[in-house]
Amino acid sequence: MEGKFIKFGKNLVTTEEFVAEGHSFCVGCGEALALRLACKALGKDVIIANATGCIEICTSPLPVTSWAVPWIHTLFENTAATVSGIEAGLKILMKKGKMPERDVKCVAVAGDGGTSDIGMQALSGAFERNHDFLYLCFDNEAYMNTGIQRSSATPYGASTTTAPAGKMSIGQTTWKKNMPEIAVAHNIPYVATACPSYPFDLMNKVRKGGEVKGPAYVHIFSPCPTGWRYAADLAIEIGRLAVETGIFPLYEVEDGRYKLNIDRPELKLVEEYLKTQGRFRHLLDEEIAKIQEHVNEEYAKLKAKVACFAA
Amino acid sequence: MSKRVGLEASHAAAEAAKMADVDVIAAYPITPQTHIPERLAEMVADGELNAAYIPVESEHSALSACLGAAAVGARTFTATAGQGLELMHEVVYVASSMRYPMVMTVCNRALSAPLSVWGDHSDAMAVRDTGWIQVFCQNSQEAFDMTLWAFRVGEDSRVLLPVMVHFDGFHLSHVTEPVILPEQEEVGRFLPKFHYPFALNPDKPMTHGAFGPPDVYSEAKIAQEVAIRESKAVAIQGFKEFGDIFGRYYQLVESYRAEGAKTLLLTMGSFSETAKIAIDAKKKKGESLGLITLRLWRPFPFEELRQAVKNAETLIVFDRCVSLGGPAGTVASEIRSALYNEKKRPKVVSFVGGLGGRDMPVEDFEYIVDRGREIAEKGSKELSETVGIRGEVTGIRG
Repeated sequence: MEGKFIKFGKNLVTTEEFVAEGHSFCVGCGEALALRLACKALGKDVIIANATGCIEICTSPLPVTSWAVPWIHTLFENTAATVSGIEAGLKILMKKGKMPERDVKCVAVAGDGGTSDIGMQALSGAFERNHDFLYLCFDNEAYMNTGIQRSSATPYGASTTTAPAGKMSIGQTTWKKNMPEIAVAHNIPYVATACPSYPFDLMNKVRKGGEVKGPAYVHIFSPCPTGWRYAADLAIEIGRLAVETGIFPLYEVEDGRYKLNIDRPELKLVEEYLKTQGRFRHLLDEEIAKIQEHVNEEYAKLKAKVACFAA
Repeated sequence: MSKRVGLEASHAAAEAAKMADVDVIAAYPITPQTHIPERLAEMVADGELNAAYIPVESEHSALSACLGAAAVGARTFTATAGQGLELMHEVVYVASSMRYPMVMTVCNRALSAPLSVWGDHSDAMAVRDTGWIQVFCQNSQEAFDMTLWAFRVGEDSRVLLPVMVHFDGFHLSHVTEPVILPEQEEVGRFLPKFHYPFALNPDKPMTHGAFGPPDVYSEAKIAQEVAIRESKAVAIQGFKEFGDIFGRYYQLVESYRAEGAKTLLLTMGSFSETAKIAIDAKKKKGESLGLITLRLWRPFPFEELRQAVKNAETLIVFDRCVSLGGPAGTVASEIRSALYNEKKRPKVVSFVGGLGGRDMPVEDFEYIVDRGREIAEKGSKELSETVGIRGEVTGIRG
C-alpha cells in the first residue's frame, strides 16, 4: 500500500476544520486533538457514525453541532452495526442508480468502552461481514464520559472510580484488553495503532484505513487529563512516553503483516510514564516492576511478529 | 392482472417487501420469523430482488443497521419476534425518535421464561409506547397488504415514522392461505419512490442524533407525540387509496356483524377469524352480538373505537398478554381508559388467554361471550378472568 497516496507532512495538511466550533472537551484533551487530526486526514467525503461517549457528548448538544461533515449518533454499543447499514445503504442506492456513484468513506468513531466492552459484538459482526468501513477507537482507558469508571481497556494498576486503589486493592487488577489484536484476529485488511503525539503518523494511518477496501481498524491512544490526573499541558508528552516505553507501541498490520512504525533501540522505563499521572501514584516498586515485566513481554511478542515478516 | 396464489403470511410479507423494491434488509433469525428473512435472502440470491441483505449478528444490530440504511435514504425492512424484539428494544425507540421510516414485521411470540417460541402478544405490548405506527393482521392477505401500506404511510413526508406490522407467530406466520398478489404497476401507483428529505450526504452535511439537554428534550418528545398522533389521517388516507387501487378497503377499527349488537367482543390479530365463527354460531341462535377488531394499534384510534362501541351494553375484550401485577389485560386496560370519560359507554369485561401458543378454539370464544355477559350483569370483583388455562385461579383481582 506504500506509495498509493501522498503522505501527510508539514504544509500538506488542510487548514479546513471538520469538527471544531464550540465543542466542550476538557482543556488538554488528547482525544479532541486526535479526532481533529483524524477528521483532517479523512476530508469531507465521509459519513461518521459516533458511539455514545465523550466525543459524542462534547460535539453535539441540541440545537448546535460541531460537525461540518455528515454525522450520526444513535446508541452506545451499536455503532459498527449502524455504519454497516450506512455502507450497505450507500452501496445499493448507487448500484440501483438511486444515487450518483461517488466515494464516500463510512467511518465509525467510538471510545474504548464502546469498542472493547459493550460494542464488541457489533464490531466483530461488522468485521466478519466485510463491510467497507473504517473504525476509529479513541482509547482513553476508562469510561471518562460517565466519570472515570474502569473498562477492559484500563491498564493494570490504574485507579478508577469503580476500581479504586485502596488498602485492599491496587485499582485495576487485570491487564489491558488487546483490542488491536482482536481486530487482527478477524483477518481484516488493515489494523493500526496511533497516537496524537505523532500527528503525521496518525493522519497517514487514518487516511490509509479510509482508503482500504474492506474493514479497517485504527486504535488511537487518547490521553485524558481529567481521568489520568495530569496537568493540561502534558498530553503530547504523555503520549510520546507511552510509545517510548513500549506501553503503547505504534504499529500497523496490513493483510496480516506486522510493521513497527517507531522502533527505539532501547525502551524507556515504564516508571517514567507512570509517574506522570495521578492514577498510578499509589503504585509501589514491586507493582511497577510487574508492569515493566509485562510490557517487556508484550513488546517482545510484537517484535517477534514483526520479525516474521521482515525477511 | 393480479394473481391468486397460496402463500403463508411470512412469504406474503416477503413478497410485499420485494414488490416495494426494498433497498436494505437487515435481519437475524428467530422462530417464528425465519421464513421472512429466508425468503428475502433467496430472492436476493436469485436476482429477483436488487437489495442489500445484511445478515447481522443480533437483533440489536439488525435494527441498528436499519437506522444507518434509513439515514442515507434507503428503503429499509426487517423482521423479528419475541426475544428478538426485546433485544432490540432500545433501538426501537431510537428509530421512531430519529424519524427514520422503515418497516418491521413482528411475528408475535411469547416472552421467556419459560422459553416459548409460540405465539401471543407479549412482545407487541412491550413496545406499545415506542412511537412506531403499529397494525395487526388477521390473515395472509393482510400480511401482504399491511406491509405495502406500512411503507406508504411511514415514508409519507407528513409522517416519517417507522411502522410495525404484527401477525401471530405460527397461527398466521406459518399458515398457507390464498393471497391475491397485485401487478407491479399497481404497486408503483400506490407506493411512490422513497425520498428521505434528511438523508446523510457529504454535499449537505447534517447532524443526526445530537443529544437533548433538559431545555430541549421535552419539546422533542412532544413534537414526536404530535407526529405520531397526526399520522392517523395519513393512515386513513393510505387505506382509502389502497382500496381504490387494489379493491380491498380497510378500517382502523373493523366491525363484524356488529350493527345494533348489545354485546361486542373485541379481539386483535388472527384469533379474530376464529372469533367470527363463534359470533356467527351464536347469532344464528338469535343472540345480539358482534365483533370489533382493532387493526391500528398505534396511533390508538380513540374516536373510531368510541364510535364502534358506543351503543353496546357490554364490551368483552380478549387479551393474549398479561400485564403482570398490573391491569391484567393490556388491551382491555387501554379500552377502559379510552372509554372512561364517555357519558354513554359499555361495561368492559376482560379475558386473558391464548398465551404462549395456547389455542383458542371456537368454544372458548363462545364461553367468554357467555361468561362476559354474566359478569356484566352480576358484576365482579375481578379485573380480568382467564380462559382456557388450567388451575384454580380464573380471576385476576384488582
